[in-house]
Amino acid sequence: MSFPLLTATAVVPALGAVVTAAVPAAQRAAAKWVALGFSLLTLALAAVVLVRFDPGGARFQLTESHAWIKDFGVRYELGVDGIAVALIALTAVLIPFIILAGWHDADPLEGARPNSRWRPTQGFFALILMVEAMVVISFEATDVFLFYIFFEAMLIPMYFLIGGFGDRAGGRSEEETATQRSYAAVKFLLYNLAGGLIMLAAVVGLYAVTADQLGTGTFSLQEIVQARAGGHLDMASSTERLLFLGFFFAFAVKAPLWPLHTWLPNAMGESTAPVAVLITAVVDKVGTFAMLRFCLQLFPEASKWATPAIMILALISIIYGALLAIGQRDIKRLIAYASISHFGFIILGIFAMTTQGQGGATLYMVNHGISTAALMLVAGFLITRRGSRLIADYGGVQKVAPVLAGTFLIGGLATLSLPGLAPFISEFLVLVGTFSRYPAFGVIATVGIVLAALYVLILYQRTMTGPVKAEVRSMPDLRVRELVVVAPLIALLIFLGVYPKPLADIVNPAVDHTMSVVDKKDPKPDHPVTDAGWFSYSPKSDGASHDGPSGGAK
Amino acid sequence: MTHAATVHSLWTTAAAAPDKIPSPDIEYGQLSPTLIVLGAAIVGVLIEAFLPRRQRYVAQLFVSVVALAAAFAAVIGLAAGDYGTSKARVAAMGAIAVDGPALFLQGTILLVALVAVFTFAERRLDPVVHGNRVDSFAAQAAAVPGGDAEKAAVKAGFTTTEVFPLVLFAVGGMLVFPSANDLLTLFVALEVFSLPLYILCALARRHRALSQEAAVKYFLLGAFSSAFLLFGIALLYGYAGTVAYSGIADVVDGQVRNVTPALAGTMGNDALLLIGGAMVLMGLLFKIGAVPFHMWTPDVYQGAPTPVTGFMAAATKVAAFGALLRLLYVVLPGLRWDWRPVMWGVAIVTMLGGAIVAVTQTDVKRLLAYSSIAHAGFILAGVIATTPEGISSVLFYLAAYSFVTLGAFAVVTLVRDAGGEATHLSKWAGLGRRSPLVAAVFAVFLLAFAGIPLTSGFAGKFAVFKAAADGGAGALVVIGVISSAVAAFFYIRVIVLMFFSEPRTDGPSVAVPSPLTSSAIAIGVAVTLVLGVAPQYFLDLASQAGVFVR
Repeated sequence: MSFPLLTATAVVPALGAVVTAAVPAAQRAAAKWVALGFSLLTLALAAVVLVRFDPGGARFQLTESHAWIKDFGVRYELGVDGIAVALIALTAVLIPFIILAGWHDADPLEGARPNSRWRPTQGFFALILMVEAMVVISFEATDVFLFYIFFEAMLIPMYFLIGGFGDRAGGRSEEETATQRSYAAVKFLLYNLAGGLIMLAAVVGLYAVTADQLGTGTFSLQEIVQARAGGHLDMASSTERLLFLGFFFAFAVKAPLWPLHTWLPNAMGESTAPVAVLITAVVDKVGTFAMLRFCLQLFPEASKWATPAIMILALISIIYGALLAIGQRDIKRLIAYASISHFGFIILGIFAMTTQGQGGATLYMVNHGISTAALMLVAGFLITRRGSRLIADYGGVQKVAPVLAGTFLIGGLATLSLPGLAPFISEFLVLVGTFSRYPAFGVIATVGIVLAALYVLILYQRTMTGPVKAEVRSMPDLRVRELVVVAPLIALLIFLGVYPKPLADIVNPAVDHTMSVVDKKDPKPDHPVTDAGWFSYSPKSDGASHDGPSGGAK
Repeated sequence: MTHAATVHSLWTTAAAAPDKIPSPDIEYGQLSPTLIVLGAAIVGVLIEAFLPRRQRYVAQLFVSVVALAAAFAAVIGLAAGDYGTSKARVAAMGAIAVDGPALFLQGTILLVALVAVFTFAERRLDPVVHGNRVDSFAAQAAAVPGGDAEKAAVKAGFTTTEVFPLVLFAVGGMLVFPSANDLLTLFVALEVFSLPLYILCALARRHRALSQEAAVKYFLLGAFSSAFLLFGIALLYGYAGTVAYSGIADVVDGQVRNVTPALAGTMGNDALLLIGGAMVLMGLLFKIGAVPFHMWTPDVYQGAPTPVTGFMAAATKVAAFGALLRLLYVVLPGLRWDWRPVMWGVAIVTMLGGAIVAVTQTDVKRLLAYSSIAHAGFILAGVIATTPEGISSVLFYLAAYSFVTLGAFAVVTLVRDAGGEATHLSKWAGLGRRSPLVAAVFAVFLLAFAGIPLTSGFAGKFAVFKAAADGGAGALVVIGVISSAVAAFFYIRVIVLMFFSEPRTDGPSVAVPSPLTSSAIAIGVAVTLVLGVAPQYFLDLASQAGVFVR
């Protein structure tokens, strides 16, 4: 038996959480270093996964499979495809930065009465690692039930992170902050729990269907996909649609898709900036990832049936999120609405059912994670300095803290998908992919880009330019720790913006496979492309077919 | 001689030789769990009568623990001897079934009782009175609350050690209840465990009036439900001419071998069967606490001493669901097209009613009471499945749920202020800051109630929902899921209160318990997590045990 690499990648942060939580109350600083150490170790393991993964190899690699709960037909089954590998890498990369950025977020307030039993700092970092462990295992799970368990369990540490460690940005009374924070935490939990419980009904239904038709109930993704392909498992289309809706509802809450998005601005606004990054850049990705892995592959017919409605919801998300972002007065809520707009793009790409669309959506997940992390963390540094989240309280920061302003600008430009930075490529691919099948939707989605430019530039203009406000005058520039957080993220944005091939090479075979399960082929191009570069990746196995636009002249 | 006899036989038949009184054939070995517990209960009574007051506590505790452990060992022994599977049989002349579900539930009840006895015996939580350590029970139950006799009893440091034999009697009845194989045994068992519970409910040391009120309520409503049950039994007897489960089942299924004229007259009379069956069901649903027979639950849960509440909430439910399962699966399976729609309705209103009303509760014990109602609804969904999976999922759920409940109520006993236990939810604000460990443990129990994955509550809920979906009750699953979402709201609210609210300056303190309560809570947490993470062994056990003997 080989070394269970995937299990290790999830167990290490979980172990780290336990160790961090066990650090004595007095050794606050040690807890931080322990947490950072474990997150780096996880990063190393994720790097090994990335290296060991062979993009041209089997569908699921590094698989592990053990009996777990026989009665429920549940197996402990792990395996990664290109999409999962990319997202695990994203998670593992972001967590150390999140920990570093939140270095002082959970320190007790000045003059607070020390309490030997209350250890918020240890708790904060332990919870972050716990979330990492659960996110990683949900990316790895190829058993629907196993996925579901961690998809749901993840809510609990997240809930404590949001409710227990709020943003201390002032301007409001302590009591008001606490009320808002616990409101945000409860809203987060109830939305996601409701989604999860609806999914539970669908999970039970899936078991009933497989038990009915295959003899023994199973949750194994591969088994179900194979059975469907082999014609052993034939779901009535009404059943399939109901099950699809049950799954999709949970993922749409998590992702979040309009009109189920309202928890996100509250949660991101009230939590500290690193936790906000954790929510939008890491945890929410599980929702869009699961649409690709579970919704499309378990219920291909229903997915096609639901596509028009979902595309419309995604479009509404894009436009609505962007419009509300423009109207925000609160920096963090602005970024939250921008994220809703971006999730609209991701979902649009997934359900465009084209190679470019889905490949772009996967890249989008990674790029959005990095760009939002950069923007949000810098915003967090800014907010901590001034003690306010309101845009109106800032002005002229670039004269006082040029490095902070510069990094903020780069994060913002990445968010509006400036060419040369990573998100541009993914957004472009999503639009191309959408356009080739649904031209009208593609056109409308493009409006989102214009609006993105608007909200990012307005935000920058109002906070960073103009006359220097009195309260901002003594603002220090980025410290070394903060630079260590921001610089690598910006480097990654530029690198992936200029040379996305390594990432694309990993992702694309998995996307092709998903497409083949859904039995969708790319539409024939109206205008033959002779040299489309990597945008027109076509599977090696049938390069000569008319599937890809790279087929040459008609 | 022979000639005369033959002539005689032309118009008479020889009367059958008068039946010798059959010597009762009692399988002491197979009944040993019940016998041990009841025997120990009698020993407990004798201890009360003959031992000096000072020595009673230790002696009673010792006898109870040893008896429950021995009875549990006996259950294990029977199960190991295949009495749960291949050698399942009917014992005590048809009165008691010894089979898988009976042994599984008896084992569960005994373990629950053992852990509950730990919380009964806790004497470090209440402040020392006149130099004596006291427990949660009244100094002298017969003394008028607030009267001189009570003051004298308190001053003398009396304690009600009678609770131990009372618990043992209750446990004895509960052991028989799910294994009763005829209706009369069922009724006797019901009374044997109900009466001690009525008394136990009245024994709280603090808020005695509330406690006595709860007991009276419980007693009156319980008496009503017993009357319903008894009347139902009479009607069923009228219908089938027998009280034996298998006999009634034969009549219901129309498979009677020799139909006597009397039987032929009644067996077509479905009114007797339907009304009788419905009344027996009512009696059982009352004990389960299903809507609309749940009215007693919140008052009794709130008023009873908390260790008793925990014991009652866990063990009564196990026993009553066992009896309900046996009744529906052994006696009335032929009638399932009639009872299933009714039970659908009961399950739906129980799930939704319990969950929705719980949202408005402000007292932690009442909250847990309504949550127990909602859980009864979830378990009913498994009962309705009418498949072997339905049985095993209910068995598993009961085992999982009872330890969560026990643990949760044990935690409630720890949170105290000057007036005893601080059960009002507003007093729990900020508990997580003051005592993170206790709050975290309670949070684990709440998450298990809410059915969050990796806790036993999730495994149990999944098992019953799966069985229900397989059994053709998919709509029930959807309603179950919706009420779970509602229920999650109020569990989460308590967690919010504990962790995210500022502690009140006059808030309660957490008493440091003796190893007795600590171990009860630790067992609760351990079972919750083990059944959540690695439930396979116990699911296997439950599915092996999932066959009734007839």
